[in-house]
Amino acid sequence: MSMPESNQRLLTYVDALREAVAQEMRLDPRVFVFGLDVDDHKAIQGSTRGLLDEFGPERVFGTPLSEDAMTGVAIGAAMAGMRPIHVHIRMDFLMLAMNQLVNIAAKSHYMYDGQVRVPLVVRSMIGKSWGQGAQHSQGLHAMFMHVPGLKVVAPSNAHDAKGCMIAAIRDDNPVIFVEHRLLYSTDALVPEEAFEVPFGKARITMPGKDITIVGISNMMMECLRAHELLAEQGIEAEVIDPISLMPLDIDTIRKSAGRTGRLLVVDNAWTSCGASAEIIAGVAEALDGGRPIHMRRMGYAPTTCPTTPVLEDAFYPNAATIAGAAHAMVRPDKTWQPDPERAKLAYQVKFRGPF
Amino acid sequence: MGLERTEAVVPIIDLARIYRSLRLIRRAEEEVARIYPSDKIKSPVHLSIGQEAIAVGVCDALRPEDVVSPTYRGHAAYLAKGGSLKLMMAELYGKVTGVAGGKGGSMHLIEMGHNVLGASAVVGTTIPVALGYALALKRAREPRVVAVFFGDGATEEGVFSESLNFAALQKLPVVFVCENNFYAIHTPIPKRWATQRLCERVATYGIPTHHIDDGDPLKIRDVVADAAARMRGGDGGPVFIECRTYRWREHVGPNEDFDAGYRRRADLEPWLAGDQVEIIGRRLPPGERAAIDAAIERELAEAVDFAETSPFPQREALYTHVYAGK
Repeated sequence: MSMPESNQRLLTYVDALREAVAQEMRLDPRVFVFGLDVDDHKAIQGSTRGLLDEFGPERVFGTPLSEDAMTGVAIGAAMAGMRPIHVHIRMDFLMLAMNQLVNIAAKSHYMYDGQVRVPLVVRSMIGKSWGQGAQHSQGLHAMFMHVPGLKVVAPSNAHDAKGCMIAAIRDDNPVIFVEHRLLYSTDALVPEEAFEVPFGKARITMPGKDITIVGISNMMMECLRAHELLAEQGIEAEVIDPISLMPLDIDTIRKSAGRTGRLLVVDNAWTSCGASAEIIAGVAEALDGGRPIHMRRMGYAPTTCPTTPVLEDAFYPNAATIAGAAHAMVRPDKTWQPDPERAKLAYQVKFRGPF
Repeated sequence: MGLERTEAVVPIIDLARIYRSLRLIRRAEEEVARIYPSDKIKSPVHLSIGQEAIAVGVCDALRPEDVVSPTYRGHAAYLAKGGSLKLMMAELYGKVTGVAGGKGGSMHLIEMGHNVLGASAVVGTTIPVALGYALALKRAREPRVVAVFFGDGATEEGVFSESLNFAALQKLPVVFVCENNFYAIHTPIPKRWATQRLCERVATYGIPTHHIDDGDPLKIRDVVADAAARMRGGDGGPVFIECRTYRWREHVGPNEDFDAGYRRRADLEPWLAGDQVEIIGRRLPPGERAAIDAAIERELAEAVDFAETSPFPQREALYTHVYAGK
């Protein structure tokens, strides 16, 4: 069903998240939101603002830290028919919930032969810049992609943030919802009414014929800027947003790479055993003797994330390094590096801490 | 003496029901142990033999709509709550007719139809899940309670302390049942606990505690019944019961293991003398007891026959229930 233009308006990522949750809570009394600080004055950077007032403390409540037990509580409530949204202000803290997520949430529907379902949304935010450092910056989505029974989505814009959140709440499975702190202030046209962005369907954000660039989560923003820099050099990059990582729409990526003959996957994470490795492998396996495709991954440096800006800049891919890598793949005989100043993204330049 | 008073007031019908449950679990697990060397049972089994009275005492105080959360040593709680013996036996055999279609085995028993939550092989993991279930019941203003079983080892997991705090904070209708059999696999409590004052530790969370040393199912039943009545549909909050008990067989498998050296057979003797199956059985008229025993043997034979004659799942079943449909 297509949306009338008049129902769309510019909305930030953070407001899109909040609106999605509020709309679903109005619709479905089984939905509740909990986690450390969801009901405080900062309201998880504003993403839960107003929910306490509208829905009350039985449906919006803060918890002890206890990530392990609170995840178990969410799972048990889900098995009893509720639809919990468990909020973590950093993805790094999910490591404390790993046992519950991997051993119970992912497996219960299967090992109990369908007797229970775990409709659970786990919101987790990746931090970046302003000294977030080693344990406030990790994109750990690949760990969850590895385990059957979990779904993993990483919307890169406000439209998809709302649509994915609604789809996640309505899904009967545990969904790891990967947010990025730097995306919170970005805006996009978002329908006013509730709508779903279906999982397992990638979007070709920019069509092009010379190279396919896949950007995951926040890296989508960098890839779009890289697309502009490449266009100035006469290179038409096709930019794809996978949106959901499990299920993963490998077909859209494979067909695009088949057309362009080149595939660059840029993840907001390490490359080793990562989402980028999975995408490359999926495309490589589908080659099946056909035309070879030149493939490359980009992601975090294989180090821990440092805090000082000089080192942190070197840790992440950015529009300049992405454009440079893509250019080298398309025109291996010419050297070109974009001006780093021109590669800066406006929303990152204006971002200030604490966080 | 409390025991004499209890003997005087417990109606025969209650004793018969409790004995039937104790005896069914004992005989079912003896049968599992008998069959095990044949390799027909495709599942590691953690037998409750010797520990049955705790599950039976707890479940006798519960209503059908109440919920239990068993452990991987969970045959007793599953059966005591009314879980089907036939479906359990078929599950142990890996048959498609098993309670989890052959996908869970002994360590992952579940029967939601009888409000038996799924068991986990990862110690302590089910404790907060049971709390979540209780939270949902409380939010729905349902006058139901959740009894969560775990061993002494689980109290060493961080999630146990986290769960005590949350249950007390939210005044959840949860009966914490610690089956303290003194060993985590083969490691005794003195190597694991700085002090044995478990109930004192729990009490600091503001949770009432009870300590029952002899595994008397009637005492356990009374404590649970009182607690459940206090918490049903209200703000009574959780209760904690430490029940000391003893595992007669090896940690996993059908045999005794007193030759392994980590515990002495002499430690078993007082528990054999205090065997609740016998103690309760002796309080029944002999004819009634014999009739119960005979009925259990028939039920058991039917369950084994059902398991043996049921088919294995089709290979395609590997791919069912990975994800739930909308």
